[in-house]
Amino acid sequence: MDFQLTADQRALRQGVRDLLARRFDREALRAAVDAGGELDRDLWRALGEAGFFALRLPEAEGGVGLGLPEAVLLFEEAGRALLPGPLIDTHLAAGEVKGAAEGEVVVTAPYGHFVEHLGDADVIVRADKDALNGAMKVRSVDPLTPLTRLSRRTPYPYPPEAVLLTAAEQVGTAARTLDLAVQHACERVQFGQPVGGFQAVKHLCAQMLVRVETARTAVYAAAVTGTAVERAAAKLLADEAAVRNARDCLQVCGGMGFTWEADVHLHLKRAWVRAGRGPSKAEAEEELAAALLGDPA
Amino acid sequence: MDLAYTPQEEEFRTELREWLARVLPGLPERPDPLDWPGRRAYDTTWQRMLYDAGYADLQREATPTQHLIFLEETERAGAPYVGANFVGLLHAGPTIAAEGTPEQQERWLPPILRGDEVWCQGFSEPEAGSDLASLRTKAVRDGDHYVVTGSKIWTSHAEVADWCELLVRTTPVTPDTPKHKGITWLAMPMDAPGITVRPLRTLAGSTEFAEMFLDEVRVPVANRVGAENDGWRVTMVTLSFERGTAFVGEVVACRRTLAEVAREARTNGTWDDPAVRRQLGRLNAEFMTLWRLTQWNVSEAQKTGGVPGVGGSVFKLRYSHARQELYDTAAEVLGPDAFDLDHDWTLDRLSSLSYTIAAGTSQIQQNIVAERILGLPKGR
Ligand SMILES: Cc1cc2nc3c(=O)[nH]c(=O)nc-3n(C[C@H](O)[C@H](O)[C@H](O)COP(=O)(O)OP(=O)(O)OC[C@H]3O[C@@H](n4cnc5c(N)ncnc54)[C@H](O)[C@@H]3O)c2cc1C
Repeated sequence: MDFQLTADQRALRQGVRDLLARRFDREALRAAVDAGGELDRDLWRALGEAGFFALRLPEAEGGVGLGLPEAVLLFEEAGRALLPGPLIDTHLAAGEVKGAAEGEVVVTAPYGHFVEHLGDADVIVRADKDALNGAMKVRSVDPLTPLTRLSRRTPYPYPPEAVLLTAAEQVGTAARTLDLAVQHACERVQFGQPVGGFQAVKHLCAQMLVRVETARTAVYAAAVTGTAVERAAAKLLADEAAVRNARDCLQVCGGMGFTWEADVHLHLKRAWVRAGRGPSKAEAEEELAAALLGDPA
Repeated sequence: MDLAYTPQEEEFRTELREWLARVLPGLPERPDPLDWPGRRAYDTTWQRMLYDAGYADLQREATPTQHLIFLEETERAGAPYVGANFVGLLHAGPTIAAEGTPEQQERWLPPILRGDEVWCQGFSEPEAGSDLASLRTKAVRDGDHYVVTGSKIWTSHAEVADWCELLVRTTPVTPDTPKHKGITWLAMPMDAPGITVRPLRTLAGSTEFAEMFLDEVRVPVANRVGAENDGWRVTMVTLSFERGTAFVGEVVACRRTLAEVAREARTNGTWDDPAVRRQLGRLNAEFMTLWRLTQWNVSEAQKTGGVPGVGGSVFKLRYSHARQELYDTAAEVLGPDAFDLDHDWTLDRLSSLSYTIAAGTSQIQQNIVAERILGLPKGR
C-alpha cells in the first residue's frame, strides 16, 4: 500500500500550479470578475495544450492517458485558483466532442435547474433539443459563474466523475481560504499583536486545516477506489470544508472579509454554486446510510 | 496513490489471520472491567501469546503497513487490546529503545514484550496538566539514588503496574532555568517504599486511573534514561514521532459499531426517521475517511520513517469528536436502552467523553496545529 502522491503526481500538480500562476494570476482573476465570468479563449486553449481536458483520454487517442487520481489533483488546483468556466464538462467531453480535448471548444451541460456559462459555450451536452425552452439567465450569486435557469429540472443525472471533480475543486477552495486566513492573521495587528496570536482565531484556523486534510483524503481515496459510497463521502466532506472554510476565512479577515475587493467572497459564492451540483447533501447522506446496511467493510 | 496491499503484505495478513483463528478460541474468558488483577492477567497472557508467535515487537520489527494490518486484523478478529500493556509497549518502551543505554534496554524491554512487566505513566500532576512542563514533583540526588517527593494524578493502570515512567524536577525553575529544562525521566519501581496509590473513580464507575503520592521514594540513578535535566526532550522524542498507527484498532472498531447501530436502527424503527438516517450516513463518511486518513499517515510513515506528531494532532482532533458523535447517535437509536449501564454502548458513550481530554486536550491540539503546522504566532 502506498497512499501518497508519486513523484510524477507531485510534478503534475506543481506543473498546473505554475501554469495557473502564470496564465491566471490575481489580475486575470479580477478581470474575469469584472467581465462577469466571461471566458478567455486563449487561456482555454492554453489549458487544452497543457492537457487539462485530454488528461484521461488514452494516449492512442491523443490524450495524456492518466486517471482520476491525477484529475483530482488538477481540479484541486483549478479550485484553488478560482479558474472559471465549465472545466469539468469540457474535460468529460474530451474524445467525444470534437475540439474539447484541445481546448478549441467550450462544452457545458445542464444539471438540476441550471446550466453554467451558456453564453460562452460552443456545445451543450446531456440535453434534449427543447431543454433550453423557456430558460432564463439569472443574476448569478457567483460573479465568476454565469447561470441560466431552466424551465424544468434536467432529467439527466450528474455524471459520477463530475461529482468527484467538483469535490476536488472544493478542496482547492478549502485550502486556499485557509492560506488567506493564515496570511491575514499573521499580518493584521490588534491589541499590539498579530490577531493570529489570539486563540479564538488560532482555533478557527486549526479546524480549517482539519477540514482540508480530511476532505482531501476523502477525495483522493474516492479517486483511487472509484466507488459510489466513497464518492458520496468525498462530496459531503468537501462541500462542507469549502463552505465552512470560506466562512471562517471571512470571519478571520474582519471587515476586510466583507468587501468586494477581498477574494474570500468569490470562494464562498463559488463553493455554494459547486455544492449545488449533483446529488444534494441529503441524497449523499442517504446513500452513505444505506451502505451501512450492506456488507460491513 | 494506491490503496492496494503488496503480495508480501497480503501474505503477512493471511498468516496472521490463520494464527488468530487458531489461538483466539484458547483465550480465557474476558475479566470483569472492575477486576484489575484479572485484567492485568488477561492482558499480559495475550501479550505473551503475541511474543511467542513473534508479533510482540512490530513497532520495531515490522513496517508501518504491517503494523497497520496487525492492528486491523486483531481488532476484526475480536482479539484483546493492548490494555494494561499500553504504556510499556507504546510509550515507555519506545522511549527506552530510543534513549536508553544498552543495559537499560536489556533490563526493561524484554519483560515488556513478554508481558512480564506492566508500566504506567506518571506525568500529570494536580497542578500540571496541559502545562505539563510546570510539574513540581521533586527529585534530590543522594549518592547513587534520587529521593523523590510529590504527587501525580490520572495515572492509568497505577494499581497493577510494576514500573512507572516518571517525570520529576531536578532543577528548580529560575529566571535562568526555564520550566522544561529542569526535568528528568526516571523508571520508578512501583514496589519502592514511600509510594501510595489511591484509585480514582471515573464517571464510568471504573477505576481506570489513580492518584499517586510519593514520599521520599528512592530511585537508583541508574534508572535515569537520558541525561539529568534532559527529560523533556527524552519524552518528546517518543511523542513527536509516531507511525500513524495510534488509533487503527479503534477506527476499525468504530466502523463496526456504526454498522451495528444502523442495523439496530433498522430493527427498532428509528431508521424511519430521516434525521437519524442522515446522521448515520454522515458518520459513515466520517469514519470511512478517518480510515483513509490512517492509511495516508501510515503510507507517509512508511516512506519517511515516521509522521510528525503534529499530523497525529489533526487526526486526533477529528477522531475524538467523531467518536463522541457516534455514541451520541447510538444513544438516540437506542432510546430507553441508552439509560441502561448494562448496554455496551452506554458505557462506551461514557468512556468516549475522555477522548477530547486525555493525551492532550482538543484545545491544546488546536494550539499545536495552529502554531506548529500553520505557523501562527505564539500569543495569548
Ligand atoms: C482517561 C484519562 C487517562 C489519563 N491517563 C493519564 C496517565 O496515564 N498518565 C498521565 O500522566 N496523565 C494521564 N491523563 C491526564 C491527561 O493527560 C490530562 O488530563 C490532560 O493533559 C489535561 O490536563 P488537566 O486535566 O489538568 O486539564 P487542564 O490542563 O487543567 O485543562 C482544563 C481546561 O483548560 C483548557 N486549557 C488548558 N490550557 C490551555 C491552553 N493553553 N489553551 C487553551 N485551553 C487550555 C483545557 O483544554 C481544558 O479544557 C489521563 C486523562 C484521562 C482523562
